[in-house]
Amino acid sequence: MSKIPDKRPETLGGYVIHGVPFPIDTDPEALAFLKRMSPIQIEQKYQVTYLHSYGQDSPWFAAASNRRLLATRHAESGYTYATPRGHDMYSGEETVWIDITDRPARVHAFTVCHFGSEEFLPETPFVLALIEFENVNTLFLTRLVGVDPDQATLDWIGMQVEPRFLRNSKLKPTDVYFAPSA
Amino acid sequence: MRPVFAVSGGVSKFAKARPDKTFQAVIKEAYDYAIEDLGIDFPAFTSAVDGSVASYFSDHFSRQLMAGIMAQDYLGLCPKPSHRVEGGGATGGLCLQEAWKSIASGHMDVCVAYGFETMSHVETWKGNEFIALASDVSWDYPVGGFYSGYYAMMVTRHMKEFGTTVEQMAAVSVKNHINAYYNPYAQKRHRYTIQDVRESPMVAWPLTRLDICVMSDGAASVILASEEGLRRLEGAGARIPRPLVRVTGIGRGTDAMRMSDRPHVDYDTFMRDYATESERGSDETRRYYKKLWDHGTRYPGVHSFRAGRTAGNMAYKHAGIHDPLQELDFIELHDAYTSSELQTYEDMGLCRYGEGGSFAVSGKAFMPGLDYGLELPEAPECPVNPSGGLIACGHPVGATGLMQAVFAIWQLQGSVKKHFGDETLQVKNARRGAIHSHAGTGTYVTISILEREE
Repeated sequence: MSKIPDKRPETLGGYVIHGVPFPIDTDPEALAFLKRMSPIQIEQKYQVTYLHSYGQDSPWFAAASNRRLLATRHAESGYTYATPRGHDMYSGEETVWIDITDRPARVHAFTVCHFGSEEFLPETPFVLALIEFENVNTLFLTRLVGVDPDQATLDWIGMQVEPRFLRNSKLKPTDVYFAPSA
Repeated sequence: MRPVFAVSGGVSKFAKARPDKTFQAVIKEAYDYAIEDLGIDFPAFTSAVDGSVASYFSDHFSRQLMAGIMAQDYLGLCPKPSHRVEGGGATGGLCLQEAWKSIASGHMDVCVAYGFETMSHVETWKGNEFIALASDVSWDYPVGGFYSGYYAMMVTRHMKEFGTTVEQMAAVSVKNHINAYYNPYAQKRHRYTIQDVRESPMVAWPLTRLDICVMSDGAASVILASEEGLRRLEGAGARIPRPLVRVTGIGRGTDAMRMSDRPHVDYDTFMRDYATESERGSDETRRYYKKLWDHGTRYPGVHSFRAGRTAGNMAYKHAGIHDPLQELDFIELHDAYTSSELQTYEDMGLCRYGEGGSFAVSGKAFMPGLDYGLELPEAPECPVNPSGGLIACGHPVGATGLMQAVFAIWQLQGSVKKHFGDETLQVKNARRGAIHSHAGTGTYVTISILEREE
C-alpha cells in the first residue's frame, strides 16, 4: 500500500512580472552585493514538428492499418523478427516480410506504468508488455489491455494474448495492441 | 599501451537543481577541486594539461548544442584539443575511457575528463520524455516511452524466471541510501527500511520511487596522466599522492537498442561466448546453468545485460582478474534502479545469473560496520556502491560515470576521510576497485578497473 502523498506536485508557469530588483546606484558596495543575489530564471519554450520517415519499416504500418501484423524473416536461416528489421543482424542480408497476425502469442514480460513521460501521463496507469510469438525469435513491445492495472501479478507472464487493431489507424506502433485471448 | 594514472578528481555537490550557476560554472567547481587537491595553481595546471574530453548526455536538457566547447572555454582550456562523447547513461564511463586512450596511446601526457548534466531545467515528466527519446522513436517511444517502465519489464521477467523478490531489490535501496548518509556529495541522505521502499509511490510495477534514482544537476572531473605527465605535473608543483592509482583495465560492450531485439541464445553459445572464466572452469556452475536452460532460460533475453558481461570479461582480462568477488575490494556500479544493481551483480560475475536476488541480501555487497537494520547472513566481501550509488547520490547523467571514478580514486588513495569529512565509507586497505557505467536498456556498458600501485 503506497503512502498518501504529503507534497503538492511542482509545476512551471505563473505570473508575468515586470521590474527586476536591482541596486539604484552601482556603487562598489552595491556591485559587490550582486554576488549574493539569487539567480534569475526564465521560461523558454521549444516546439518543433519533425517529418519522420519509417523508411524500410513502412509496410508494417500500412499492414497494421489494414489489421494485419507483419514481421520480418531471414529467408535462409528463418530467424524471425517480431519488431521488423530490414536486414538480418547475423548474415547482414535483407529480410523478407511475413504475416504473423494469427500466430499464437504470449506475454513475455510486462509492467504497469503509474507515472511516465509527459506525453503519456494522461494515459496512466497503462500496461506495457513484451510479446513473444510462436516460432519468432524476437519480441514486440506493445500495450496490454483487458487486465486490471491495480491487480498486477507475475501470473500475467505466459498468458495467451491476441492482437487487436485500432479501427482508425494513427500510423504508430500502437495501432496494434494486445488483449487476453478470447 | 602506456600506463595511465588517475591522479585527482572533483565532484560538485549533486542537487535537484543548481540555478545559482550556469553549467560551465558547476563544472568549474569539480575541475577546480581536482586541481586544488593536487596542490597546483590554476595557471600551472593549464600549462601542464594537454587536452580534455567532455561528457554530457542530452542536448535537450541543456537546450544548448556544443555545450562541451562552452565548458572548455570557461575552464580556460582553449585552444587545447577536446571532444565531446555521448552514450546515454554510460557517457561518463565512455568519457573516462576516451581520456584513458589519449594517455595510453601516447597522444597526450595529461588529460582531464569533465562531465555534467543539468536536468532541472524541465519538469520531471518532461525529463522522463527526454530520457525516453533514447529509445527507438519508431517502435519503443510511441508505445509509452518511459525508462522506468522498460526496466520494470526486465524485473518482472527476472522475478518470473529466477524467483527474485521486491524485498531483495528494496535491500539494495536501503544499502545505498544508508551508505550515502555518510557521503556529503550525495543528493539523498536518508535511512530507509524495506517497508519504506515498498510503501513509496509505485512508479512502474513493481518498482517504487525508492527503487529508482532521481534527476540531478551536477558535474565531475578526473585528471589522468602518463609517467611523463606525472613528472610534468610534479615539476609544476603538484603533490601527487603515493602510492599511485592506475587504471589497469577497461572494457566495453553493446547491445541492441530495442530490448525486444535481444537474442535468446542456447546454453552452448552462452558458455562459449559469455560465461566468465570461473563459470567455465566450474563443473558445478556448468550443471547449474544447464539446469536453468533446461527450464527455459535463454541469454541474455530481457533479464540480463550481455553488454555488461562483455565489458566485464574484457576489463577483467585486461587487468588480470580471475575472480572479481575475491579480487575487487569495492565496486561503484550504475544502480539507476535497484533491479539493475541486482542484474549487474550477475553480469559482473559477483554471482551467477539467477542469483542476483539472493546475493543482494547475502551481506556480501554491504559495507562492514554499518547498521542497515537488516539481518544479513554473510560478512561483507566486496562493498558495492559504498558512495550510495546513483540511487542516493543522484544521476546527472554526463557526470555520473566520472563521479564513480572520483570516488574510486579517493578510496584507493585512502583519502575518503579528507574529502567526505568522515571515514565511515573508507574501504579499509582498498587496493583494487571497479567502476561500471551503463546506458539505455543496456546498450552501452563500460567497466574500468582502478588499482593502487604497491
